[in-house]
Amino acid sequence: MDFSSKCLQIRKDILSEIASVGSGHVGGSLSVVELLVILYYKHMNIDPKNPKTEGRDRLIVSKGHCGPAVYAVLSDKGYFDKNLLYTLNKFGTNLPSHCDMNKTPGVDMTTGSLGQGFSCAVGIAKASKLRSDNATIYAIIGDGECQEGQIWEGAMLASHWKLNNLITFIDYNKLQLDGKVEEICNVAPLNEKWKAFGWDTINVENGNSCEEIDKAILKAKSSNKPSAIILNTIKGYGVKFAEKAESNNHSMPLSQELLKEAIKELDGDI
Amino acid sequence: MEMRQILAQELESLMKSNENIVILNADLAKPNGLGGLNKKYPDRVFNVGIAEQNMASVAAGMSSYGFIPFIVTFAPFATRRICDQIAVSICYAKQNVKIIGSDPGITAELNGGTHMSMEDIGVLRSIPGITIFEPTDNTQLKKALPQIIDMPGPVYIRMLRKTATDIFSEKTEFNLTKASIIREGTDISIFCSGIMVEEAIKAAKMLSEESISAEIINIHTIKPIDKESILKSVQKTKKAVTAENHNIIGGLYSAVCEVLAENYPVPVKPIGVMDEFGQVGKLPELKKAYKMRFQDIIETVKEIL
Repeated sequence: MDFSSKCLQIRKDILSEIASVGSGHVGGSLSVVELLVILYYKHMNIDPKNPKTEGRDRLIVSKGHCGPAVYAVLSDKGYFDKNLLYTLNKFGTNLPSHCDMNKTPGVDMTTGSLGQGFSCAVGIAKASKLRSDNATIYAIIGDGECQEGQIWEGAMLASHWKLNNLITFIDYNKLQLDGKVEEICNVAPLNEKWKAFGWDTINVENGNSCEEIDKAILKAKSSNKPSAIILNTIKGYGVKFAEKAESNNHSMPLSQELLKEAIKELDGDI
Repeated sequence: MEMRQILAQELESLMKSNENIVILNADLAKPNGLGGLNKKYPDRVFNVGIAEQNMASVAAGMSSYGFIPFIVTFAPFATRRICDQIAVSICYAKQNVKIIGSDPGITAELNGGTHMSMEDIGVLRSIPGITIFEPTDNTQLKKALPQIIDMPGPVYIRMLRKTATDIFSEKTEFNLTKASIIREGTDISIFCSGIMVEEAIKAAKMLSEESISAEIINIHTIKPIDKESILKSVQKTKKAVTAENHNIIGGLYSAVCEVLAENYPVPVKPIGVMDEFGQVGKLPELKKAYKMRFQDIIETVKEIL
């Protein structure tokens, strides 16, 4: 599969769904596109026709505000009709701002209150071990989310439980809602922190490269410990005005005009 | 037998027949009587360390996999400390997690104010989808546990660790969602829960000597509350007193008043903690300090009559 053209298409879908409601979590959704694509199109053992298949691999998007990115990929995988993307955040939708397992087929855990989804992933990985079903459990957390104490409670327990079926990605885009992570409450050095908590860590220099993420996942799968893959990403990646907005892209207005501009840019027309 | 021993005994037998039951505790297995269970089922009983927030969400994750996790700690840490995890990971996500909070209210005795949950029911009662149950004695706990396991969805079990006075016989029918009528009466309805049931019974006996006929109804399940039994009683007595081991704000008094205000407004007076924090003390001292003795119930009944 040509992952880069898939990423391009997913980016367009994310922007289109957000533009259909006028604003949304652009930055964090765009920074995890390559990760979601490599997970859903290469690594995850799933069946979109039977979203609740026992023993499937699971993904817990603990940074639940990146629902729009997850929905773009899930609809593309056939979990639900693509047209539903345009109901994002509209009253009565099954695609709410933050991921909801009771509303959206393919979403494995309800998330949004930061820190909690990661602990749920620890519980899910433990449950998978108890069932001996050999599933791999993936979690995505934000760098700002690492400021939550609950992340470190979960990290401690996961290594204590030797959950080598748990692979956690940290979307290290260096920005949080109010500004730069290092200026607000620095989470660095992430590598050393996760290592100190008993995890294997892999630093991915370019977290917006499918190839590099792929290599890291393959390595993590052979570990006898839980793995933290630190993805150095760019918040708003791939769209100039979003990247330029820096922390203001966390949740930003997205008009139809801006959408057109972004699509032109993604298509290489400007 | 202490209530924690009953808990361990019943969970052990339920775990035998239902392999989905797992137990998580935050370093309070021994005080809650579950130390032995840990040895019996080392692959299903876990001490997750002193990290209650993580414990609640880990349990939600395990529930999403089909397990029925019980999380166990002292009442304040099982509720106010992890309120958001209960709201989001457990209730909003519709997970089948059972929460055991022990030593509620003044029964925390010598652990004092920091460990006294006067607000746990109030905190949880406003979260949709959770059942809140306070066993009155060992028999009630024993009969409730299988019903709680059979009922999908989150349940908070607010229980004493130590010895509860026996109120119910083995023959008494128990339904988790129906209040238990302990004594019928015509002059006043006394709605009570937990350790206050015993006080209410003593009060009713003494009141009867003065020809005051008190009806005693044990509201063991405060959410969903058994409206029908409350209304039926008050339509007869026209007056009510509530008796609870909790702040009168947010607990039984509030819940009963909500039912009555909407359906059948009558005078209601509360016995319970009057919006105060706890303090160290033995149970009799604390009952006296917070005016939670049978004498206080008698006095309140006389005031309202």
